[in-house]
Amino acid sequence: MNLDSINWILLLASLMVASTPILLAAIGELVVERAGVLNLGVEGMMITGAICGFAISVETQSATLGFIAAAIAGAAISMLFGLLTQYLLSNQVATGLALTLFGLGFSALIGQGYIGIKGLSAPNIHIPVISDIPIIGPVLFQHDLMVYVSILLIAATWATLKYTRAGLILRAVGENHEAAHALGYKVIRIRLTAIAFGGACAGLGGAYLSIVRVPQWTEGLTAGAGWIALALVVFASWKPWRVLIGAYIFGGLTVLQLNLQAAGFKIPVEYLSMSPYLITILVLVVMSSGRSRAALNAPAELGRSFHASS
Amino acid sequence: MIRLEKRPTPSRAWTYATPVLAVALTMLAGGLMFAALGKNPFLAIKTIFYDPILGEFAFYYRGQLLVKAGPLILIAVGLAMGFKAGIWNIGAEGQYIMGAIFGAAVGLAFYPAEHWYIFPLMVIAGAIGGLLWAMIPALLKVKFNTNEILVSLLLVYVAEQLLAAMALGALRNPDATGFPGSRNLQQYPAASNPEIWAGTGIHMGVVAALIAVIFAYILLSRHLMGFHIQLAGQSPKAARFGGVNPTALVVFCMGLSGALAGLAGMFEVTGPAGQIAISFNSGYGFTAIIVAFLGRLHPIGILLAGLLMALTYIGGEAAQATLQIPAAAIQAFQGMLLFFLLGVDVLSNYRIRLVKEGVA
Repeated sequence: MNLDSINWILLLASLMVASTPILLAAIGELVVERAGVLNLGVEGMMITGAICGFAISVETQSATLGFIAAAIAGAAISMLFGLLTQYLLSNQVATGLALTLFGLGFSALIGQGYIGIKGLSAPNIHIPVISDIPIIGPVLFQHDLMVYVSILLIAATWATLKYTRAGLILRAVGENHEAAHALGYKVIRIRLTAIAFGGACAGLGGAYLSIVRVPQWTEGLTAGAGWIALALVVFASWKPWRVLIGAYIFGGLTVLQLNLQAAGFKIPVEYLSMSPYLITILVLVVMSSGRSRAALNAPAELGRSFHASS
Repeated sequence: MIRLEKRPTPSRAWTYATPVLAVALTMLAGGLMFAALGKNPFLAIKTIFYDPILGEFAFYYRGQLLVKAGPLILIAVGLAMGFKAGIWNIGAEGQYIMGAIFGAAVGLAFYPAEHWYIFPLMVIAGAIGGLLWAMIPALLKVKFNTNEILVSLLLVYVAEQLLAAMALGALRNPDATGFPGSRNLQQYPAASNPEIWAGTGIHMGVVAALIAVIFAYILLSRHLMGFHIQLAGQSPKAARFGGVNPTALVVFCMGLSGALAGLAGMFEVTGPAGQIAISFNSGYGFTAIIVAFLGRLHPIGILLAGLLMALTYIGGEAAQATLQIPAAAIQAFQGMLLFFLLGVDVLSNYRIRLVKEGVA
């Protein structure tokens, strides 16, 4: 093995790209969970977004249209979950699993004609002046637009949840839906909006994988990224900026692992490939032990159905 | 305006009717999906649900039915115990893989000796493999309050990598030159799990599935543990006051479902699959989740649901061969079934009332 063969600047630069898919999916799921809904279908929504985004971007030769299509597809499929859990009051855990199982099959079905097709190359934008700074420039300021959109999305979510009336209502619904209902807020409508937002974000995350990061379509492309995004929300204790930190730490480890594989590290590839999942489990354990921390931040109504009794 | 009114207890009639209704709705929606793919929907549904049992080539497919149903039922029976108690082991696919690895490893360690005790040892090893893998989320849940859903699921990906490492490394057939994979256990009589009656598809795994159904039925209806499981699921508070030990319950449910999934993997690798290979696992662990719900978490229901799900598998293969319907369509079809099932469940828990607008 030769550690010198790893280009550390390139590694740091690819860190942001590697983190963006789970970052997008996790911020969407964070909003859903803050509204008191546990949607375990992130993986299914991501992969649906991945194939829809890839297909549209290839057909139209436009990455932007691909991302828009992915967001719409993710939101649309999340409405299946919304309909079942909010109106038909089905169990959220089971319905989320159903969404994942269905999404995996559905995406494989529509993706059949797209296996092996090369995607477009999304242009990286060079922000003038600051992108020319040595080291910092290539690491931070020479990426495609979606990387910056995802960071803006974090900032917007944080500001909305913290400073706006809409954010306050959303949190009220997540903390005590009976009280929110008594105050006259439409609990189900608010939750459906949150679920659709989560679906759109997961769709974007999936599309980022298929359009920018890979860029290709294969069955099961997301390979557990949706589940890692779910774990990331727990890691972040349901706080937007911590999602960013968590995603970047995780992305960094993934990139490092891939670089070690390429550098011919003396461990079989399979053991390196399982490391992201093991690290995620480790992080979950650390965050959930000592019930004082993570458990207290979880929205009180997480996973509970709302049914107005009157 | 439609309003839902909660029933004091779930409707008995609807409890039985909803799975049937869900299957009917899935056939309808599936038919639309096949039509959208440009296939004749009636022919497709007939090919999937009728031909494998009563069609011209049914003699070939009937044997396959039990081969597919065996592992699905075995895994689903274990999962249903946990689901009943609100303990979500969704990583059965990983436990299935680990059972296969453990079982095959023990068998291959004896190669080429022929002793009567090799196969029983492999059965025990398979169960232990699944059990240990399930103990990871169980103990993390009990000790650190870690979410068992995420941990058990993430461990599926770890197990898949481990499977690849085994197929390429430790368990690789030393005599083979080409493809990665272990020795074929079907050609090693002491460690193989052949059909018991030729042509029926019945192997030891199918027998084990039937035994599991019977034991689960007795456990749930006659044993205190079964009562605790039901109590914990229906009213966690009452369970705590009633002296149910939540730690023991988590360990028991996760361990049981893990061991059964491990057994399923072990019987599969020694029987129908034959060897440890990278593509050994085929999603039984996930489909079993659908089977558990379709069977209403009841052992007898799971038996029937497992057979129906197995039918969609082999009918799907038939439809692939004769109508060129892609395999992924069947996967989407199975996912749809779970959606409809969860959706129509509202009928057993709620009464639907039509009320005039404006009346409070």
